[in-house]
Amino acid sequence: MERPKVLAVASGGGHWEQLMLLRPTLARFDVRFATTETAVALQHGIADAASLPDCNQNMPFRSLLCAFAAMRIVLRHRPDVILSTGAAPGFFCILAGRLLGARTLWIDSAANGEELSMCGKLSLRVAHECWTQWEHLAAPNGPHYHGSVL
Amino acid sequence: MILVTVGMQLGFDRLIAAMDSLAPGLGMPVIAQTGKGTYQPQHMDTRPRIAPAEFEALMGEASLIVSHAGIGTVLTAARCRKPIVLVPRRADKGEHRNDHQMATVRNLAGRTGILIAMEESELGARIAEGLALQSVTAVRSATSERMHQSLARFIESHAP
Repeated sequence: MERPKVLAVASGGGHWEQLMLLRPTLARFDVRFATTETAVALQHGIADAASLPDCNQNMPFRSLLCAFAAMRIVLRHRPDVILSTGAAPGFFCILAGRLLGARTLWIDSAANGEELSMCGKLSLRVAHECWTQWEHLAAPNGPHYHGSVL
Repeated sequence: MILVTVGMQLGFDRLIAAMDSLAPGLGMPVIAQTGKGTYQPQHMDTRPRIAPAEFEALMGEASLIVSHAGIGTVLTAARCRKPIVLVPRRADKGEHRNDHQMATVRNLAGRTGILIAMEESELGARIAEGLALQSVTAVRSATSERMHQSLARFIESHAP
């Protein structure tokens, strides 16, 4: 069996913190990282992180740029699996991956203990799987609960 | 050294004042990031904000973190393998717009390296317990172990 190619995506801040907590498991695979803060990735010793422009639902033009950047990254790396701990740039990578045949996983941030993030709700329809890190938010048709980074 | 942080967005004078009165008895320096608070501490090295790179360096040097129940700080402490004492902000004291930090600490209670002080009066005891812990994430919490195993299974099941 070949080692699966994984693209792991997170915006800077808490989203990236959570991805880094998953790094010991990700490191078992052929993993590439993508983030909005490549300087922070470098602090963690990741020099080849792909760069995404930051965006959110209030920034339509930057969101469009981000969607194109996400498509370019996914086309270049052709991952078997794409996962993101958030936020919008990670969602765009999952969307691009879905169009290009990757298996996609959204892990909603541990910060969302009351309800799923907006991108998390979109991921319920777009991603193959959507996980919440809070057991009380899990539902039969998703999001599902598979533990937490904490 | 003990690092106190309340995040950048709001002050949390109740926590800062409680730490200021405990600081002389802790036997080590206390550095406090106070955000938009107005209380003027007498016994701590105090700054309204600390830049991310310096905060990271201070976190690395600290023996213990004392913080509001902000998930960003909890995650950084987990990555840096530092014990953390959390004091939740309360809406009835005007410390946040709602009580989501109370919900956060209820959900995090009992996890490795995370100690909860619901009231300032519990802070001294939780700090003593936190300082007694060593290498807090040498053992993963059960919830974290489950997340890692599930993630590995998800990836492996989609190998080419």
